[in-house]
Amino acid sequence: MPADALLKVEGIVKRFATADGGITAVDDVSFDVMPGEFVSLIGPSGCGKSTLFNIIGGLVGDYAGRVTVAGTRVTGTHPSIGMVFQEESTFPWRTVLDNVAFPLEIAGLGKIERAERAAHFVKLVGLSGFERRYPSELSGGMRQRVAIARTLASEPRILLMDEPFAALDEQTRLLLGDKVLQIQQELKQTTLLITHNLTEAVQLSDRVLVMTYRPGKIKRIVDVGLPHPRDAEVVSSDAFGHTVAQIWSDLREEASRGIEDDEARVRAGGKP
Amino acid sequence: MSAAAAASATSASRLPAQLCGAASVLAVVAAVELLIRAGAINAFVIPLPSQVIAAIPRIVVEEHIPLRFWQTSKEVLWAALLLATVGIGLGVLLYRVRLLRLATETWVGALAAAPIVLLFPLFLVIFGRSATTIVMIGFCAGLAPVILKTVEGLAGTRPVLIDVGRSLKLTRRQQFWKILLPAALPTVFVGMRLGLVFAMINIVGVEYLINFGGLGQLVNDLAERYDLPGTYGAILFVVLTSIVFFDLTERLERWLRPHR
Repeated sequence: MPADALLKVEGIVKRFATADGGITAVDDVSFDVMPGEFVSLIGPSGCGKSTLFNIIGGLVGDYAGRVTVAGTRVTGTHPSIGMVFQEESTFPWRTVLDNVAFPLEIAGLGKIERAERAAHFVKLVGLSGFERRYPSELSGGMRQRVAIARTLASEPRILLMDEPFAALDEQTRLLLGDKVLQIQQELKQTTLLITHNLTEAVQLSDRVLVMTYRPGKIKRIVDVGLPHPRDAEVVSSDAFGHTVAQIWSDLREEASRGIEDDEARVRAGGKP
Repeated sequence: MSAAAAASATSASRLPAQLCGAASVLAVVAAVELLIRAGAINAFVIPLPSQVIAAIPRIVVEEHIPLRFWQTSKEVLWAALLLATVGIGLGVLLYRVRLLRLATETWVGALAAAPIVLLFPLFLVIFGRSATTIVMIGFCAGLAPVILKTVEGLAGTRPVLIDVGRSLKLTRRQQFWKILLPAALPTVFVGMRLGLVFAMINIVGVEYLINFGGLGQLVNDLAERYDLPGTYGAILFVVLTSIVFFDLTERLERWLRPHR
């Protein structure tokens, strides 16, 4: 594993207790993310992606293995890692600007300074002019951009995102992907994206880590050789189609196992 | 759309509903007037609405309505302050201490249905025949919904918002003031409104029962004098007190939750 990796995930194993003994959600997962790199972790539903998100973000403890940021072991939540959640997570009682300024307020910055810095990140995600609006007045895509701006405002070394566009339609997802790439390149932001969307993973990433179905392991690491800068146009290129096909050939088998497993559980009277 | 334009549009959209509401009240009043005049309702039980309206200037002057209105309002205000501090405080405590919540939630729920007003002799023994007795009965009557709704609001905070706080390493205090309480505020206000309704009913009821000042005592006095138009006129002022407090909580909520 390269010595200068910013994020190192080593030998993570996570088991959950269940009525029939326990289940291994994640089994011996190791990978690294280099500074400024965009890495996606893709896998079928139930492969432990979100468990890994929570472990790396420090929201879940009691696991084997270790997570380090620039060589320092991370236990619990850590200012170096900024999290963007799958679920809508803006504060409805705060305006766009106040939402984005939230981490700065917690850090103790003065009102004027935090307003200036928050305005910068609002502009970065393309929401200038909406600073005084409340989340209820925005679309789902705009609210997710507010959440991304809020996380970026805390200036984390690693941006950790858990399917942030899962609730959005495909067109909005592609265009927001453009915006995320643009920001990532502008800030040279190290990013780890958890997703189950193939197009999204290939459109955005330098590398894609493909996970197996339960227990989740890294099955293959795919280098995405598409040139930078990229935008949504890239999805129509042959190279894009080739990379997607390559990942899908690995993923298909895992997704099929997931479906078979769900069906077996339902037949046995359990829940999918 | 600017905030001012949005506010103006909202108030314009409310106007038809408000007009409809006022028209409904007028229609009911007119119907009661007609039914009494036609002999369908006994005028010795319910006075003519026109007589009630005519009695209002008289009771305002002769029965010192402004003073009584102020006295009842003060009692409701004290009960509201107690509910906001003690009720919400106890709600937060029950949310924080799970064992305490599990041990007492059923009892608090039962308290909501208890006819507290019947315990007025006990309160008289403890606090004497005073405004304190009235305030304390109102407070006790309104306590349960405030506690239960505060617990419900805090427990109903979306886990992802708590995770945002955790990811930013908020302290327990910051987590409470910056995330839990703002998220719970809509439900807390529902509890406060319910609590105020219970408190008001009991405050006026106890004023009536112990014949101690305020609008409740006036209703009692006028009923004993068989001044029915005056009695119903005084009841209208009780309703007015309720409207004033309801409006105050609405304004307070709009100030605290401008986004709603």
